[in-house]
Amino acid sequence: MLYREAGQFKTSYASDQAVFPILQDRIGVIVILLIVFFVIPYFSNEFILQAVMIPFLIYALAAIGLNLLTGYTGLLSLGTGAFMGVGAYACYKLSTLYPDVHILVWIVASGFVAAAIGVFFGLPSLRIKGFYLAIATLAAQFFLQWCFVRIPWLVNYNVSNAIEVPTRTLGGIAVTGPNASPQTRYLIVLSIVVVMTWLASNLVRGRIGRMWMAVRDMDIAAELMGIRLLTTKLLAFAVSSFYCGVAGAMMVFLWYGGAEADTFNINQSFFVLFMVIIGGLGSLLGSYLGAALIFILPILLRFVPPQIGLTIHSATVEHLTFVIVGALIIFFLIVEPHGLARLWQIAKQKLRVWPYPY
Amino acid sequence: MLLYKIFVDPFVQMGASPDLLIQTLWEGLVAGMLYALIALGFVLIFKASGVFNFAQGIMVVFGALTLVGLYDMLTHIGVSMPVAAAFIALGLTIVVMFFLAYGVEKIVLRPLINQPDIILFMATFGLTYFLIGMGELVFGGNPKIMISDQLYLPKGSIDLKIFGGLVSLQKIDIAAAIIASIMVAGLAIFFSKTRIGRALRAVADSHKAALAVGISLEQIWVIVWFASGLVALVTGIMWGARSEVSFALQVIALRALPVLILGGFTSIPGAIVGGLIIGIGEKLGEFYWGPLIGSGIESWLAYFIALVFLLFRPQGLFGEKIIERV
Repeated sequence: MLYREAGQFKTSYASDQAVFPILQDRIGVIVILLIVFFVIPYFSNEFILQAVMIPFLIYALAAIGLNLLTGYTGLLSLGTGAFMGVGAYACYKLSTLYPDVHILVWIVASGFVAAAIGVFFGLPSLRIKGFYLAIATLAAQFFLQWCFVRIPWLVNYNVSNAIEVPTRTLGGIAVTGPNASPQTRYLIVLSIVVVMTWLASNLVRGRIGRMWMAVRDMDIAAELMGIRLLTTKLLAFAVSSFYCGVAGAMMVFLWYGGAEADTFNINQSFFVLFMVIIGGLGSLLGSYLGAALIFILPILLRFVPPQIGLTIHSATVEHLTFVIVGALIIFFLIVEPHGLARLWQIAKQKLRVWPYPY
Repeated sequence: MLLYKIFVDPFVQMGASPDLLIQTLWEGLVAGMLYALIALGFVLIFKASGVFNFAQGIMVVFGALTLVGLYDMLTHIGVSMPVAAAFIALGLTIVVMFFLAYGVEKIVLRPLINQPDIILFMATFGLTYFLIGMGELVFGGNPKIMISDQLYLPKGSIDLKIFGGLVSLQKIDIAAAIIASIMVAGLAIFFSKTRIGRALRAVADSHKAALAVGISLEQIWVIVWFASGLVALVTGIMWGARSEVSFALQVIALRALPVLILGGFTSIPGAIVGGLIIGIGEKLGEFYWGPLIGSGIESWLAYFIALVFLLFRPQGLFGEKIIERV
């Protein structure tokens, strides 16, 4: 009833091409942004910020990165975790080598390092496709993880062989390190994620995004139409790794506060891939929905039984979580193979024609 | 100097002590065979249903764990003869693997028919998680010892004197080699001689054509998943007898993936040859080149070996030629 676009005329190309062409969508997005920027940081406790919101946003960004590669360009990658690691280690090296430069600059710069590494490991994609490529990207995962363990230079020859995040300030307020308040970190993560999502949404609607989608739908046909596969595929790897790298750098600097090589193991890659697939391939909104479902679900599973008075052994809960998450993945795939984003589209269509069925 | 160390020195070492070389080759051969067995399970399913079954590795663990867990339960409820208990447990495990195959077909594959490959791949991920959780929930998460004595698996080693050195071959490895060969031969005969085997090959060629001549896809899929479940069980027993039965075993499934891209997803000989190449290459690399760049390189060396082959043959050594039309 409220969600109806009747009477909203598009009178210019600009309005026709808008990200949110419908007024109600615009209002909705503004309300959500207001809530996440001004309500959540001041009215929620530290647990919500530290254990739910910050990781959710970081995973959403990583999922967007993988979605650009897998959902938009059709290149299946299992190396996300390693590219996140590249971002984290690059950020650590850069910020300890040049401590005076602003940390946010290094977080973005580490994305470029990850992009360079991503392009290198994307080279096999020019020759091989599909599952063969997926396994080839595992080479990146294992090789980079091995590098994180074996090259002590990456962690400044720390005895613990781990990254410890130094304290960096922004206008006198601690941004990273143990003294930074969750509110500050949350707001920084949120700002970066919002800006990068906005960039991604413009990227995929433009010329580059259309080239990616053409390659995804059929790369030989795309090549015949004059799209250069080399640049298109490598660009997809670069942008995707950039997003993953920034997500990884934020993960260590603004969430964990420290990390070792095992943080970026293969399970991290799978975790992000789950989010992309459950959320919906080729949908930015889907990346958020997928990240929310996959990340918040285990937390809920851990906290619900004690709330309703059930006492289960913690190891049992761990195992049950595996069983339930596995079953839910299969369930969601069967119910809606196109992901949660598709469910949202269906709901929107229903709202639009309500109260009529069509 | 560095070039000398990379390109000459290892070969000098090989020539200097051939017994060590043979020992390394043998170890590579055995590891490669186990990789080949896992890859075989992948290939069976991929050929028949086009599903990239990520859960194959966990099926190996699940099979071995079920066997050991059932054996424990049987001895608890008073089956006094260990040998009898072991073989009853083996039989029950085979039944469990059958129901797993049946359940997968009914609950997971059937509703997802005609979906893109990546969705099916993801579903097997869900299956992996489910099996990990189930296995730990029912049989406990701590590592277990494979009941190799009760199953009459040999122990100890044979020492051979070759080139003035001593090469020791574990008996269980020899047994594994023999059993693996028998199994591969059995599968080959099954595929080429029996009615169901021929139906399987028809399904692998074309689902639609197979349906048109009256082959039941559902039945074939249950059989294929059961067959690869059996392969997984045998692999699990062999690998479990060499070390122990725990979820750390699932890592070997990731090791078997390069074998797949090397051999091609659709080729059984490819899985075997690929497994042996990767196994031997990995052990040789670790032993002779490992000290140069730091240990632990076997975690990624296999992938690089496979990648080098792929650059020249994108469909794997034995894969079907990929013909693409616009």
